[in-house]
Amino acid sequence: MTELLLDVQNVVVEYPIKGFRKEPFQALKGVSLDIRPGETVGLVGESGSGKTTLGRAVLGLAPVTGGQIVYRGQDIAHLGRRERKALSSEIQVVFQDPYTSLNPSLTIEQILVEPLTVRKVAKKDASKRVLDLLDQVGLPSNAADRLPREFSGGQRQRIAIARALALDPRLIVCDEPVSALDLSTQARVLDLFKEIQERTGVAYLFVSHDLAVVRHLSHRVAVMYHGEIVEWGAGDQVTSDPVHPYTQKLFLAAPVPDPDRQEQRRAVRQRLVLEQERADAQAGAA
Amino acid sequence: MIDLTPTVLAPALPRAARRSLFNRLLRNPVGLGTMLFLALLVLSAVFAPLLAPHDPNSSSIQDVLGGPADGHPLGFDSSGRDVFSRLIFAGRFSLAGAALALIIALVIGVTGGLIAGYYGKWFDSVSSWLTGLLMALPGIVVLLAARSVLGPSMWLSMMIFGVLLSPAFFRLVYASVTAVRNELYVDAARVAGLGDSRIIGKHILTVVRAPVIIQSAMVLGIAIAIQAGLDFLGLGDQSIPTWGTMLNDGFRQIYKEPMLILWPSAVIALTCVALTLLANAMRDELERSGKAKRRRRPPLRPADVNKTAAVFHAEDLSSSGRTGEVLLEVQDLAIGYDQPDGTVKTVVHDVSLTVRRGEVHGLIGESGSGKTQTAWSILRLLPDGGRVTGGSIFFEGSDLALASEKEMTKIRGKKIAYIPQEPMSNLDSAFTIGSQLVEPMRVCLGLSKKDATKRALELLARVGIPNPERTFAAYPHEVSGGMAQRVLIAGAVSCDPDLLIADEPTTALDVTVQAEVLDLLRELQSELNMGVVLVTHNFGVVADLCDRVSVMRDGRVIETGPVRAIFNEAKHPYTQSLLAAILEDGEARGDLDEGNSARAAATALTTPSISDTIGAQS
Repeated sequence: MTELLLDVQNVVVEYPIKGFRKEPFQALKGVSLDIRPGETVGLVGESGSGKTTLGRAVLGLAPVTGGQIVYRGQDIAHLGRRERKALSSEIQVVFQDPYTSLNPSLTIEQILVEPLTVRKVAKKDASKRVLDLLDQVGLPSNAADRLPREFSGGQRQRIAIARALALDPRLIVCDEPVSALDLSTQARVLDLFKEIQERTGVAYLFVSHDLAVVRHLSHRVAVMYHGEIVEWGAGDQVTSDPVHPYTQKLFLAAPVPDPDRQEQRRAVRQRLVLEQERADAQAGAA
Repeated sequence: MIDLTPTVLAPALPRAARRSLFNRLLRNPVGLGTMLFLALLVLSAVFAPLLAPHDPNSSSIQDVLGGPADGHPLGFDSSGRDVFSRLIFAGRFSLAGAALALIIALVIGVTGGLIAGYYGKWFDSVSSWLTGLLMALPGIVVLLAARSVLGPSMWLSMMIFGVLLSPAFFRLVYASVTAVRNELYVDAARVAGLGDSRIIGKHILTVVRAPVIIQSAMVLGIAIAIQAGLDFLGLGDQSIPTWGTMLNDGFRQIYKEPMLILWPSAVIALTCVALTLLANAMRDELERSGKAKRRRRPPLRPADVNKTAAVFHAEDLSSSGRTGEVLLEVQDLAIGYDQPDGTVKTVVHDVSLTVRRGEVHGLIGESGSGKTQTAWSILRLLPDGGRVTGGSIFFEGSDLALASEKEMTKIRGKKIAYIPQEPMSNLDSAFTIGSQLVEPMRVCLGLSKKDATKRALELLARVGIPNPERTFAAYPHEVSGGMAQRVLIAGAVSCDPDLLIADEPTTALDVTVQAEVLDLLRELQSELNMGVVLVTHNFGVVADLCDRVSVMRDGRVIETGPVRAIFNEAKHPYTQSLLAAILEDGEARGDLDEGNSARAAATALTTPSISDTIGAQS
């Protein structure tokens, strides 16, 4: 058993609700999972399931009110700003929307240099590093002095990946990084993620609503539903032969790109839904 | 492997779009003129002792109200002082007073707005309350009261006026900061370890800068006018020359020497006009670039438009059974957008497609392929500037491309219905869901209100809404996205349409909800025997629902045929590449291989610090 990179233990995240003595909203109700170095853990769920919140909790952007987030032996759930700053070279992020995650008024170079300035990297070295980063994500070096609006969605996401890589992190939280992209662009960006992982040994916490995307990239997969992890295991097993009824429903709801097989899958899903309804009715009657 | 194709960058923007505001203003005639005038004014004020031919306060009795004389181009005032020299020196005090007010307002307003907007919490509520109080105070009354208590000091009254003006900046900065505070790039900066001061300096001030500069020009004009007003009323400090005191003097002598009032009023008027015009010019320049900034569409790919003919697939076993009447026949459709320079930019070329009764025709393509434009043109609902520039859209024997707006109104909703992509933004949040369903039915079907309500409730039950009465009375924000889409589907089928245009009807929905909505669409389609045009980018949705598919790219249909032919025997290389990019059924990644993981762990845990890495790579 290799040493764990990240160990999330019973994490609770609560958001206060406006109003006197209202119960806070629990976005995460005691979630546990772990990530090994160099591993991709996929986090699947529908909107409101808490998958994005878990990513933000690891990044220190969500209020953790219970449990522990242990990163290389240290609990990082309640760090102060200065300690958090020290972690910035360890844990990085790629957000979903490539249009709002890059400041529209800064050039690509300014965007990529930003994390380096925190580390007090000399200006000359920083510029070299920018070229190296652009090369790593497959963008030409003349991209450096352009503004984000001159790039397409896929290219912007490459820039966001380059920014995450700038400090050589060990863990990147990827929050739906390909959902806003076109099909063919999506495949290329996913391949880039894979290639970077194989080269640098970085680990990913890969948040997505798309089972197929998660299956493509993840070694292990966790399925979230209403703030809890309902299924957690090897990527292949969870995404092709799920055990939990919710995961089964999720799996069967995704249409297969083949008319005949989709017809079969539809029939299976409708039968499952009927069975579940019947079981619910019986449970209600009993 | 990294695919090199995405490295093709769009041509660089013209430099004009990236020049700084100052440089752009230099090229704007109004901006250049006003800036020259203001620079001249400031310079003359700064170098007043060098420029003014005489001491502004030395008076000579024999020259009282004297006309222009040698060395005294504008004559003398009521105390025999040189008007030209006083005018130049007055600029010093008037401008400095206004600048003082501006600086006070800026310091209080901008810092307050930044702190309140960025950190919020108690400071936010306290400062918002204070701003409200300040804005409610009548400025002139406060200034008069201050003068009676503190005496006639121009500087003091301008400082107080600055405080009174600070809400103008506070509110502006506060609004901009709260808008950016939650942008993802600010989060990314936080994750990168940037401190608050750096985030504010780099990401937030850049957003606030331009509006603050514009507001400053306006506020400066107001301060000059108010200051002149106070002095004109005789409430200012009479010992220093300002434009206001000169105005006061001139007004008193208006019958004896009418020209005396002209010079200060001309300078005040010109300065205020120049400041306002400059602010307008800055706004114009910023908005011009703002438009390009807001453009969300990716830049067009270089012209690699594939001109090869579209691939047609013959009917197969399952599709040849569909022999319903032809509902919609689109032939060689072209859609263009009028450009500001008078040309027309064509975004859809030579699109032909046929929809039979009872058939679902899928339009699939990536963003910018023209699939949505094609769907909208069938409804003749293209955005401003867009129009059908060629071809025909035959629906029930008449060409919709030529139909009048009046004829279209009869067809839309009743014969051709529409389901949008974003259910929430297509329901009016000011009306209940019920009223939004009932109104169109009363117009289209001529039902009474009671009958329409009954039918609406039936339809809501039909589209699978568990409690129709409650949803009927609810407002759109009270239902989920999936429910809202069901409501829109109920509305779309309420008038028994022959043809349904569905524009990415499930894209905004969760996958389990998507499956339910697709089931609903399939049931309704066969129940009502409608023809459907389904726009989507998802091959799974196509496989689930469509009988016939047209693949679009760069505004053209490149391959069309029965759904099985497209999936199993795609011939066009682009269709093949799209199908290859599908991840469903792909290989799973598998468990993290123990050997690999050990290696990965080793590299990961011995990753050198950032400075080492850079040193090694450089």
